[in-house]
Amino acid sequence: MKTVSRFERFEAGDTVTVHWDGAPLDLPEGANLAAALLAAGIDRFRDTPVSGAPRGPFCMMGACFDCLVEIEGVARQACMIEVRAGLDIRPAHQSREGQDAL
Amino acid sequence: MQADYAIIGGGIVGLSVAWGLLGRGHKVIVIDGEDGAFRASRGNFGLVWVQSKGMTQPRYAEWSQGSAAAWAGYAAELAEETGRDIPLDQRGGLDLHFSDETLEKTVAQYETLKSKLGGNYPYEILRGNALRREEPHLGPKVAAAILHHQDGHTNPLRLLVALADGVRKRGGRVVNGRRVVEAAKPDGFRLTCDDGTVIEAGKVVVTAGLGAAQIGPQLGFKAPVRPQRGQVLITEKLPKMINRPSLIARQVDEGGIQIGATNEEVGHDDRVTTPGVAHLAAEAVAAYPFLARAQLVRSWAALRILTPDGLPIYQQSREMPGAYLVTCHSGITLSAAHARFLPEWLDATEAAPNLEVFSEDRFTL
Amino acid sequence: MRYDLIVLGAGPAGLAAAREAAEAGLSVALLDEQPRAGGQIYRDVERAAARRGDILGADYMHGIDLVRGIDTAGIRHMAGTVVWAIEEAAEGISVSCTREGRATQIHGARLLIATGALERPMPMPGWTLPGVMTAGAGQILLKASGMVARRAVLVGSGPLLYLIAAQMVRAGVPPLALVETQTREDFTGALRHLPGALRGWRYLLKGARMLAEIRRAGVVRYRGAREIAIEGGEAAEAVRFTAGGQAHRIACGTVLLHHGVVPNTQAARSIGIAHRWDRAQRAFLPQCDAWGATEQPGIWMAGDGTGIGGAKQAEIAGRLAALDIACAAGKITTGDRDLRAVPLRRASRGELAARPFLDAAYPPYAGALRPEDAVTICRCEEISAGDIRAYARLGCLGPNQAKAFGRPGMGPCQGRYCGLTVTALLAEAHGRSEDETGYYRIRAPIKPVTLGELAQMQEGEGFAPIQGETH
Repeated sequence: MKTVSRFERFEAGDTVTVHWDGAPLDLPEGANLAAALLAAGIDRFRDTPVSGAPRGPFCMMGACFDCLVEIEGVARQACMIEVRAGLDIRPAHQSREGQDAL
Repeated sequence: MQADYAIIGGGIVGLSVAWGLLGRGHKVIVIDGEDGAFRASRGNFGLVWVQSKGMTQPRYAEWSQGSAAAWAGYAAELAEETGRDIPLDQRGGLDLHFSDETLEKTVAQYETLKSKLGGNYPYEILRGNALRREEPHLGPKVAAAILHHQDGHTNPLRLLVALADGVRKRGGRVVNGRRVVEAAKPDGFRLTCDDGTVIEAGKVVVTAGLGAAQIGPQLGFKAPVRPQRGQVLITEKLPKMINRPSLIARQVDEGGIQIGATNEEVGHDDRVTTPGVAHLAAEAVAAYPFLARAQLVRSWAALRILTPDGLPIYQQSREMPGAYLVTCHSGITLSAAHARFLPEWLDATEAAPNLEVFSEDRFTL
Repeated sequence: MRYDLIVLGAGPAGLAAAREAAEAGLSVALLDEQPRAGGQIYRDVERAAARRGDILGADYMHGIDLVRGIDTAGIRHMAGTVVWAIEEAAEGISVSCTREGRATQIHGARLLIATGALERPMPMPGWTLPGVMTAGAGQILLKASGMVARRAVLVGSGPLLYLIAAQMVRAGVPPLALVETQTREDFTGALRHLPGALRGWRYLLKGARMLAEIRRAGVVRYRGAREIAIEGGEAAEAVRFTAGGQAHRIACGTVLLHHGVVPNTQAARSIGIAHRWDRAQRAFLPQCDAWGATEQPGIWMAGDGTGIGGAKQAEIAGRLAALDIACAAGKITTGDRDLRAVPLRRASRGELAARPFLDAAYPPYAGALRPEDAVTICRCEEISAGDIRAYARLGCLGPNQAKAFGRPGMGPCQGRYCGLTVTALLAEAHGRSEDETGYYRIRAPIKPVTLGELAQMQEGEGFAPIQGETH
């Protein structure tokens, strides 16, 4: 999933360590989380619950909900969150137990 | 336009009846309203439910049981004809209790009903570990649950679309975006719509929900129906967390958890309210604490169609024989009965169910 | 605490309105989702201006003054506040929202909705792949995070496409190509609006300068592109299209889509404000008067959310609405309001002069307005255009029945990126107008809220209204 970023980043601030899908990752403190993940080469944020299709940030303004990630058990829009130390971030809803549908 | 039967109202009730009538070889036209009409068919809780129904009228409990028992075969037939799957789970349903007091009261009522039904009321009480084995995500505040084995749930929207398709596939005609404004019986029935469309039919079935209050009197019905608002919530799609449906929450086949419902006498106001949804959320979180972290993505409010005693009305018009009023607030549970048993009653065959207790005459006393 | 005015949205309209209203003596709560004021157009302007003002340009820098303008007595700027319900209350309006993980309610005598615009949905094959974003998203990344997409292709039409291309050029990371959908005929047809547009000559001149910048950087431009599709498995890999009778394929890393912006109508619709279809803007616009007052007592609207006019126009509209609100609150006289509105209205005419020309010269991409059957139009529930056409054949006249039949608009975005497409497809299928076809019934929550947050709002469950800190 992690590859070379599709983006050029002009500034680098102090970084803090977060976890993405269980692995440690250093991201700039206070940066927009969706942007910081993209800059780190992560562009597949989750797979859809309907077809399992890969998705990543689309609108970056809190409207499309494609950048959903799971933080502390709650699905959140990554583009509406700022990076802080210790965030445990996972693709939305892959960490919950049980996957069978009705 | 001409038909054997004209059905006024293209929701679940009307389409179920239409589908059944088409199966008996009738020519059927269904008249359906606009996109913004009050539609209980797209705002309901999706239960195929028996427990707690007919506490004061055992015949209603029987009618619901008969429909629930016919549901699987009915859904399979509809799926077969349309190629559209209708999810149905009839492994039983739960009535959750936060106190022994409410539990005992309910059980006493169930026992009375059970004896009137000749013992056909299969339920059990689950507590402690036995309950948590069945529903691992229930919270500690839930004291006990009544598991009724005749209960279940479906996806009511899949049912709606399958019926819309199935009625057409059986050769039924559906005219959308119209409201019947005038009904007369010069010879056969003659229905005039708001856009001027005229439909002639040998018989008419009013399944217009709250709209029956407007068109019903023209056909000789009292149609004493009133709206009761129910607000409902639905969460984001989640992995399987809830095993069986309850009156508080159920997990839909698509993954969302549906939470319901309020009972509010607010006329035709179908808005959602923050106190309403907050109340539902609080109750759901009390029952299933994991829901505190679930995102609410939608809420809606729809209007139940209630009669003064809450039971259905099945009535043939005395003034205009051949006109029938069919109304209920459990259109999903009764969909199978409406498709399979009611056409016999409309055609007055020997197999017609006895629906006398559901006559609207009961409201004249 | 009850505020004299609640303003939703801290973009140009909301910022200007909050300041004007506060200066007239009203207590104002300015609610915004973002951590810092500016809206999307001036996103993060205070931080970004110093670092990359040269790339973003003078128009963007103008936002600093607006943002600093709310640093005044009488305005409480509640950043990071996600509004999910708006309701009539006993005397005014109550707004339910989540702040710092807690649900709360804010009460106001009046409400100004200034929630701006969204990119027009641009469904096409492959548009849901990672690596495909709106051009606006590309710009937000540049403004707020100092990031520019490498190997990007810009697809669509309109001035914003040129602006971001020019900014990318200035940043030293020019796009690989501009795949533009407008045609020569669109331009010729737009010429009749040119005389009127000359009053807005500044915009036309800016456009010409941006195009020159793009050309000098050697960025390839294709016009009249059709049959556009994005290829890729796990992520976008290439854009395919035909232009000038030839098939093209450009391998790329990022695709930025844009064919205009449309009002974000969620908040206004959720409280029942009537909307009508606007043929020039090809969007539903809320019904409000020249001051932004809606038919609902105590509710005003301003900015791009009422119809696209751009940032400067939004600022003017915000001030006009604030004057009317101050007048309604008895803080200024009608005469005073009207007098102060005169220069604003004059400026507004200049701001809007170029619009008809731009709307005609850069129409939306037809292939995305009514996409082919296989194209996903509802990103959340993954419903295709063909699905919607099938629901039309099953009697769905409008989006609400279609929603019940197939779930479009039921996902977390609540139809923001499929609503206009569903209306267009159903209108076309039945030969009815957009107004007859209608739009989704939008209800709270207009943004998701956790059940835990909601449950807190139950009385006795620890719910306490926010205490005011203004004055």
